[in-house]
This record gives sequence, C-alpha cells and structure tokens, in this order.
Amino acid sequence: MTALPLAPPRRAFFFRQHSVLPGFSLALGYSVLYLALIVLIPLAAVFLKSTELGWAGFWHATTQPRVLASFKLSFGASLIAAAINVVFGLIFAWVLVRYRFPGRRIMDALIDLPFALPTAVAGIALATLYANNGWIGSILAPLGIEVAYTPVGVLVALIFIGLPFVVRTVQPVLEDLEAEVEEAAACLGANRWQTFRKVIVPYLTPALLTGFAMAFARAVGEYGSVIFIAGNMPMVSEIMPLMIITKLEQYDYAGATAIAVVMLVVAFVLLLLVNLLQAWTQRAHQRN
Amino acid sequence: MAATIAHGWFSATDTNRRKIATSEPFWVRALLIALAVSFFGLFLLLPLGVVFAEAFKKGWAGYAAGVLNDDALSAIKLTLLVAAIAVPLHLVFGVAAAWAIAKFDFRGKQLLLSLIDLPFSVSPVVSGLIYVLLFGTQGWFGPLLADSNIKILFAVPGIVLATIFVTFPFVARELIPLMQAQGCDEEEAAVVLGASGWTIFRQVTLPNIKWGLLYGVILCNARAMGEFGAVSVVSGHIRGRTNTMPLQVEILYNEYNFAAAFAVASLLALLALVTLGIKRFVEWRLAASGKQQAFIERGQS
Repeated sequence: MTALPLAPPRRAFFFRQHSVLPGFSLALGYSVLYLALIVLIPLAAVFLKSTELGWAGFWHATTQPRVLASFKLSFGASLIAAAINVVFGLIFAWVLVRYRFPGRRIMDALIDLPFALPTAVAGIALATLYANNGWIGSILAPLGIEVAYTPVGVLVALIFIGLPFVVRTVQPVLEDLEAEVEEAAACLGANRWQTFRKVIVPYLTPALLTGFAMAFARAVGEYGSVIFIAGNMPMVSEIMPLMIITKLEQYDYAGATAIAVVMLVVAFVLLLLVNLLQAWTQRAHQRN
Repeated sequence: MAATIAHGWFSATDTNRRKIATSEPFWVRALLIALAVSFFGLFLLLPLGVVFAEAFKKGWAGYAAGVLNDDALSAIKLTLLVAAIAVPLHLVFGVAAAWAIAKFDFRGKQLLLSLIDLPFSVSPVVSGLIYVLLFGTQGWFGPLLADSNIKILFAVPGIVLATIFVTFPFVARELIPLMQAQGCDEEEAAVVLGASGWTIFRQVTLPNIKWGLLYGVILCNARAMGEFGAVSVVSGHIRGRTNTMPLQVEILYNEYNFAAAFAVASLLALLALVTLGIKRFVEWRLAASGKQQAFIERGQS
C-alpha cells in the first residue's frame, strides 16, 4: 500500500487522499465556475470600482456627517441587539432543552420564524405594531415611550432578526452537555448558581460568542425589516444599507460603492471571526 | 426496592436532593419559562398575528381585493418564476459542490467552503449593488448591453441574478455536512460492483441525501421568494412588470394601502409557516434515519 503510489505525483499533491469515485473534475469544475460567475467576479467588481475613487475620494465619501451617523447607528444598534439576543437566546435555549412545558414544541419550531419570514413582511408588521396606534405602540405612547420611527425601532427590528442565531448555536451544545459534569460540581459542594457560572457558562462561551458574532453580522447588513420601522430620518435613524440606496438614487455610484466596501470588509472580518469561533466551539466540544 | 418502600422518607429526600443538585428551584424555572414565553409572544407571535389581523381587517372581500388584482397577481407570477429559475440552479450546484467536497479530499477545500458561504455575510443591499455596478449604464458591461439592446438591470434578468446571489449557499451548505457524515463506503462498494457514475449517484447517493436535499431546497425557496433588499436595488419597481411580492408589499404599504399590503404579506407569511412546517418534518425524518443508522452500526459492532 505504501510502496506503490496510486496516482501520478502531481495529482498526489492536489489530492490529499486517492479516491476511486468518479466525477470529481466535473463536479469541482462546475462548482468553481458557477461560484466564480455568480459570486466572485461580481464581488470583485465592487472592489475594483472603489479603486477608481482613490484614497481621497474614498475618505471623502465615507466621512460625510450623514454617512458617519449611519455607521454609528448601524454598529451601535447591532451591538446592543446582539447583546440582548445573547441573554434571551441563552434563556430560550435553556428553557427549550431543560424544561418541559405546554407550547414548548411550537416555540421550538417558531424560533426560526425570523429566518423564514420575508424581511419586508417582518418590517411592516413591526412598524404597525409599534406605531402610536398599534397594538404595542398604543400602550407605550401614554408612557411617553416612542419606538416606531426612532433608533429604538431599529433596535427592535434587529433583535427580531438576530434571535434565532444565538438560540440555534447554543441549543445543540447545551443538549450535548453531560449531566455527569453538573453532578460532579454538585458533589464537590457547588450550589446551582455556582455550577451555572463556573461550569455551564464557560462551556457555552464559544457557542454564545459565535451566536453573538452571527447576530451582529446579520444586523449590520439588515435592510428590509428595519427601514419600515426606522422612519429613515437623516442623521437620526438612517442605517448603512439605506445610505447605499440613497446614494444610488442620487446616481452617486462612487459614494454607494465606498460604503459597500466598508460593509464588505466588516462582513469578511466577522465571517473570519465566526469561523475561528466555530473551530473553537468544536475543539471545546471534542474535549468534553 | 423493598428498602425504598420501607423507608419512604429516605427515598423522598433522596429524589429531592437530586433535584436540588442538578435542577433549579421551582421559582427560577417558572421565571425563566415566563421570560421566554413573554419574549416569544412579544417578538415572534405578535408580529405574525398582526400580519393576518391587518390582512383581514376589511373582511374576506377586502382580502380578496388585495390579492386578486392584476398588479398583485403579476407580482405573484414573477416571484414564482424567479424561484423556479434560482432553486433548480442551486440544486444542481449544491449536489455538484457537495459531491466534490464531501467525497474527495483535496487542497483548497476549506477555502472553497468559505467562499460558498460568502453570500450569507454580504448585506442584501450590497448584493444588489454589485449587479448595478456590473450591468448599470456606468457599469462594466453597461455600454455593451445598451448597444445590443439587452436589458438586465431594472428587468427580470437582474432580479433573477440578485436572487441567485443571495440564495447561493443554501442547498450546498445543507448537503455538504450530511454527505461528509455519510462517507464514501457505499459508493465505493458500488464502484467495486461495477456501477457507472450516474448509476451510483442515482441508486446509492440520492436515496441517502434526499431529505437533506429537500431541506436545502425549501430553505432556498423561502429566501428566493421572500428576498427584498437585493431585489429592491435591481428591480426599478415597475408595477406589473418588475415587482416581486415583497416589493409589491413595500409599494402598497408606502401608499398607505395597508389592507392590500398585508393581504400580499399574509401570503408570504403563510409561505414562511409552511416552510417551517416542512423543515420540522424533514428534521424529524433526518433524526429518525440517523437513529436507524446508529442502530445498525451498533448492531454490527
């Protein structure tokens, strides 16, 4: 087995392991071609287009006060929403895995609703709920709390779309946590709160961080569910994706491209972070 | 057993102690469930409920008027057309990519996996923008397209392209882990028995991955029909011609025609609920077949 190379050296370099199955070149060739045509070449267009601006033009386009205000709102609201999602995502995952109560299975199935519901539908539903004459808005209005058409509305929409990310990353990890670990903690004299803080939370940390990063990444780019409830007032409640649309409507392609490049770079950094976190989660998983 | 019955008090404290050790006090459990249920109601059930409540505010007649008019019907048709093009394309790509990645071990596999996932992390608006930069009047291919009188932007091809971009990873990312977990043993056995590539795929691989494939396809379809941001950038919002259902919802809502907006939205919400239902069913089937697999393996060893 070791003495006879099964493939010529060049193929042996490409393949880590020889396989007898057919269809590799066709499958890989088609996949790479399709990927290049649909994803890679169009994405490259954005970066090439932005180089036409030059550094000065890029800096000018991305540091206008209105654009900076939208950066601040998008990143700020996304951070807060992701943090709230971590807390409630953990509660949901915990309740769904550990407790039995009426409606649990419906809750488990509908947690994915923000993934499945078209964003425009979520957007008009949230805007109607939180408007001053809406089901929730009419309760909050007498208390002097305005949600719709303010930055708080943006936050509400971002909490809605980010929730499943945390629940669905934490849930399977929590399911795999062996009861023995908690029993051991109890045997060593830890009370329930100490067990939670010193045993369960460290075990769940990689999954929680992954969920946080995924919810944050989704929130930064989210458009449909936000624009209806945001009110889209310049300097106050405009999000980054909306700024791109605004620039396009003014035929300012260069300005739109510059904002898009900022968003893409942020998205790629977050994607890298999520991949690293997932690798960490898996390693932590295997150790247990 | 006899001892437990004889010393009933002992058994009681014993179970109590076990409960205290690895479970929470009753009030903590009640509080957590109450928190989850109220958050669930506030953030998930109410938005879903308001869609249907607003859609039927003017009764069945109002609902029918919202859904059964020319603009809405052509939006529904366009949405179905876009999904009918995008989903089969990704079906073929998903199977091809999963075959190459799951059944073979080659250099650059990890990079390919990350690149397939890329469209998920791109904002929908940016996904639309890239096609404007390619096919717009100032874009790379803009002059060429204008000369040959082909319209991509603000026309159906642009909508299809943007939808294909945002739904790119769905089928592949469901199939790859499934096929990786299944390994190549069965296919290799088929090769030894002299089966051709196509026969192996049809008779061995396809029956193994059919539920995973369905899972990816329904998620892909839901996103294809519901995509808003990317399509909004490239569509041009021409009524009756380049409006998909989500765009129709937006236009009606912005015209304060709430009953009609929510009527069309309720169809999309229904699609979401059906998607979640099928998803649950497939997850149950996959779990069942997974258990069966584990059962067979345990029986063999």
